Amino acid sequence: MDWINQLNPTMQFAIFSMLKVCVVIFLAVMPIVAYAVLVERKVSAFIQDRVGPNRAAPFFVKYLPVVGPFLVRLGIFHPLADGLKSFLKEDFTPAHVRKVYFWLAPAIAVVPAMLALAVIPFGSTLGAQKMVIADLNVGILYTFGIVSLGVYGLVLAGYASNSKFSFLGGIRSSAQMISYEIAMGMSVIPLFMLVGDLNLSKVIAYQADGAWLVFKQPIAFVIFLVSAFAETNRLPFDLPEAETELVGGYHTEYSSMKFALFFIGEYTAMIAASAMMVVLFFGGWTLPFAGLDQPATTLVMGFAHIGIFVTKMLVLMVVFIWVRWMLPRFRYDQLMDLGWRRFVPLALANIVVTAVVLWALHAK
Amino acid sequence: MIVKRANLSFWERLYLPALLSGLQVTWRHFSRTFFAGKKVTMEYPEQKWVVPEGYRGAPYLVRDQSGDTKCVSCQLCEFVCPPKAIKIIPPGSSGKPAERANAEKMPAEFEINMLRCIFCGFCQEVCPEEAIFLQRDYSLTGLSRGEMIYDKEKLLALGGTHAGVQKWKHKLDEAKEQETFPVKG
Repeated sequence: MDWINQLNPTMQFAIFSMLKVCVVIFLAVMPIVAYAVLVERKVSAFIQDRVGPNRAAPFFVKYLPVVGPFLVRLGIFHPLADGLKSFLKEDFTPAHVRKVYFWLAPAIAVVPAMLALAVIPFGSTLGAQKMVIADLNVGILYTFGIVSLGVYGLVLAGYASNSKFSFLGGIRSSAQMISYEIAMGMSVIPLFMLVGDLNLSKVIAYQADGAWLVFKQPIAFVIFLVSAFAETNRLPFDLPEAETELVGGYHTEYSSMKFALFFIGEYTAMIAASAMMVVLFFGGWTLPFAGLDQPATTLVMGFAHIGIFVTKMLVLMVVFIWVRWMLPRFRYDQLMDLGWRRFVPLALANIVVTAVVLWALHAK
Repeated sequence: MIVKRANLSFWERLYLPALLSGLQVTWRHFSRTFFAGKKVTMEYPEQKWVVPEGYRGAPYLVRDQSGDTKCVSCQLCEFVCPPKAIKIIPPGSSGKPAERANAEKMPAEFEINMLRCIFCGFCQEVCPEEAIFLQRDYSLTGLSRGEMIYDKEKLLALGGTHAGVQKWKHKLDEAKEQETFPVKG
């Protein structure tokens, strides 16, 4: 590894950043997306008293005596089959669409979701490297800036498809995502009033010193959680998709890999939202015992921290999936009512109360 | 009729009770299926539904206890069949005689197009000979349309033997009894 040390710091930084991006996207996010879909299908099946996918069996399964059939029952190979299907399906472009935007929209739906992951500290350190792709001082502002770009993918898809179902889906997504961004942004302000820094690593350090912020700011957490559901278009707020009303919503006209990109975008946004909640409210990669709350000094501890972070994130992902099979879809006006007339005032009140309490504590 | 909406309390309007009961219900179903394995579905090709007696599946022709074709080619079923799925070719004057004693004739060919059949059971209802019955088969498959037209041999093979009254045998016995004098009661 000498040749790395001989490079100048800028080159080292570039190489390690590239490495981290590749590892996070292709070894973490993509498999998690694929298997989140499987978990979604399995959990929905169990909640509805069914068995779920248990058929896909590639040729090599018959050489595995006991494990093979068990994995098939678990549906382990279904995500592979799904991916293969997406690639091999006919990529159909209807004649009535606006071609440029139609091709652009799926990409725009995926990219912001992935960019939002850049500032999330998913571990402490591994060797000399901090386990965050971009340790920005304005971390949370960057996230909100990027997340608000996510709406363009859906709106563009709705516009470009030139069909009434897609169009309605696009309109709904724009209204919904913009409304809930406000509640979401205001819900986290009290957190940063407590922490005194926008850098997400500092937020984790603050939580490692004291209690997790979910205990200090439960109202902020509830608002953030609900807004995250709305931002990622998950039930009970999946109005842009609304299969029962709008066929497929904004992605009605899409097929094969373009449709899969919307799917990846939705699940990546879920990952980003879960990761964000872990960082902001659940202490990030720390655990308040066994000395796990200090930056790692050994490789083992480094990997343990990443493991803790991923575990916390997956638990929240399961909550996302669980809620989907629990609540019916909100009506459009109820959604707007909840956002503007409940959560925005509540978030504002939370800011004021936090400010007053902080002022009272520091005034003495 | 106007249904009056119940006034919700503040606690109920928070959505939280509905949320909690939702979590409870979904968890109950999840744990029941996941841990106790109590699923309500059936894994079809491996497990098959036990069809109850009296189920109206595919119509097949039946033989009587002595193994003879019961159908006498009266063509009532062909006439009554709503989707016109049944086609009967009668034996004609030079055709094969009926297998059953005392029966006048039997069909030279009897076809049911299972793609047209709606399993209504009219053929069974109208049959004066109890020769056609809706049986328990519900999953009929074939690789071509031609394969789905079941001919007489196939229908008889699938239909099996019917344990009902042998109408013409009794008629024959009655007739034989009347040949002797005095006629028995």
